[in-house]
Amino acid sequence: MQGSVQSENLEFIAKEVRKSIVKMTFEAKSGHPGGSLSVTEILTYLYFRELNVDPANPNWPDRDRFVLSKGHATPALYSVLATKGFFDKSLLLGFRKISSLLQGHVVNHVPGVDITAGSLGQGLSNAVGLALAARIDKKNYRVYAVIGDGEADEGSIWEAALSAAHLKLSNLIVFLDRNMIQLDGFTEEILTLGDLEAKFTSFGWASTTINGHSFDEIARAVEWAKKLKGPKMIIAKTVKGKGVKFMENNPEYHGKPVPNEEKLNEALRDIEAM
Amino acid sequence: MMMSNELSWLPDLINKLDKKSVREAYGSTLVSIGIDKNVVVLDADLSTSTHTSMFQKKYPDRFFNVGISENNMMGVASGLSWTGKKVFVSSFAIFATGRAYDFVRQSVCYADSDVRIVATHAGLTVGEDGATHQMLEDIGLMSGLPRMRVLVPADARETEQIIRYVYENRGPFYVRLSREKVPVIHDSDTFRYGKAETIIDGDDVTIIATGILVAAAKVASNHLKQGGISARVLNMATIKPIDRDSVVKAARETGRIVTAEEHSIYNGLGSRVSEVVTESYPVQVKRLGVYDTFGESGKSWELMDKYSLNPMGIVNSVKEIMKVNK
Repeated sequence: MQGSVQSENLEFIAKEVRKSIVKMTFEAKSGHPGGSLSVTEILTYLYFRELNVDPANPNWPDRDRFVLSKGHATPALYSVLATKGFFDKSLLLGFRKISSLLQGHVVNHVPGVDITAGSLGQGLSNAVGLALAARIDKKNYRVYAVIGDGEADEGSIWEAALSAAHLKLSNLIVFLDRNMIQLDGFTEEILTLGDLEAKFTSFGWASTTINGHSFDEIARAVEWAKKLKGPKMIIAKTVKGKGVKFMENNPEYHGKPVPNEEKLNEALRDIEAM
Repeated sequence: MMMSNELSWLPDLINKLDKKSVREAYGSTLVSIGIDKNVVVLDADLSTSTHTSMFQKKYPDRFFNVGISENNMMGVASGLSWTGKKVFVSSFAIFATGRAYDFVRQSVCYADSDVRIVATHAGLTVGEDGATHQMLEDIGLMSGLPRMRVLVPADARETEQIIRYVYENRGPFYVRLSREKVPVIHDSDTFRYGKAETIIDGDDVTIIATGILVAAAKVASNHLKQGGISARVLNMATIKPIDRDSVVKAARETGRIVTAEEHSIYNGLGSRVSEVVTESYPVQVKRLGVYDTFGESGKSWELMDKYSLNPMGIVNSVKEIMKVNK
């Protein structure tokens, strides 16, 4: 494979990001660790191998754009952005605290953040707008987005999906974090999403399904996506709470941090042993 | 209760209608500011009604019809704006503010996006389509949003000025337009952002009106003058931020205020004026608007008469408030 991934380095970063997710939400006594742990590899890969961005010049007009449409996965995004050097890591401990930079859901006043999101189903439309602007301006940047599977309950996701296909936005590459869990429980018990790859394909997207925790599969999917015309949907099969045994596949940890120091240390040991 | 043809919309006022509706004025102004390559216009399958189609004909590469998906439209607008585009989005007021409210709140206002929402077909004067399309709560919805500025022109000429103003300044803005041709108020450029315009001066009472009701207020004031009542008329084209100084001045100098708007009496111009008055210079305020009800089908001007949103409605409101001692 061309441009093969230096897996070790990425795996090291992903571990550090996971520890940060658990620590940030513990420190904040709130937040969304489950869906942050499930997107860790995707965000780590994008920021450390793929996105054409410059932490010293976060508003550079020709940069690639990234939209975290599942805007509650801020512990993952902010940890990745801080590791990448967009802002100081010490700010992570202010996450969700009064008068701090890092709000509970993603906001564009944070260096490195392109789009505000949090109310589900809005980020993908914003990504369509960013991708469309590149066409109007004849620029070559790409727009990457991550949406959640629970988020696909929102009708506006499908409005945006129609839009992206109609506009033939070849510069739009979207990951769907298929962790099978939303706030109240398992996605297929709450609102059957079924075969999302087939659904997006039928909406006019090029779609594929990968293991969202494998850097090699993420890398291959991104290279695959870059070659095809029209918008691309990468369904990333993931584990909610990945890396922390008591959080894995446990809906309880959608929006709840580890409860005490003992559990925090257990979580950090789990991550270290990954 | 007086019955006089001159105080209803039919037939006298209708004969003095502008050649251009405010939405046509919007379309033609969009075409002229379209010289700026950063201007991008979105519509949701209503472009021939909102007249953004005029922009589309001239600049097809910078016009996007997103289909009947107002939520998506607001999100796309926000995304475009963060690349430096000056974005205009249009639909009917009911869909742009009601259907898409959360997108306007989060993706436009909270995100602080450079987006101008210009909605047409606000109020009862949608006419025959009826209550499902007659938006009477939009001023309230949009005024409640941090960062949003709310503008309502009284005629085509003021619309042109307001569209230019929102083009030249960073969003978010909400501009409320109507469907029908309306009487001409202005023969020159008088719009000043955030300032009430004195249409007629007066001492006994002030009528503060917005949109179509400015024309009705003018007729009402002239009628009242014959009966010895001197009624000031203010055109409040900027609802948010409201011109507090002019409202307080009116309260202080005339002691009574009547507000008139094609909107619910809740959370519109009347509410904003009342807030200023109660905080700064308490006097009696009478709100003329739609009284906690939906609209219905009918011809626009017949509906306006039925709901008393006409010169007679204003005259009666003034006479009622004149009974109150200053």
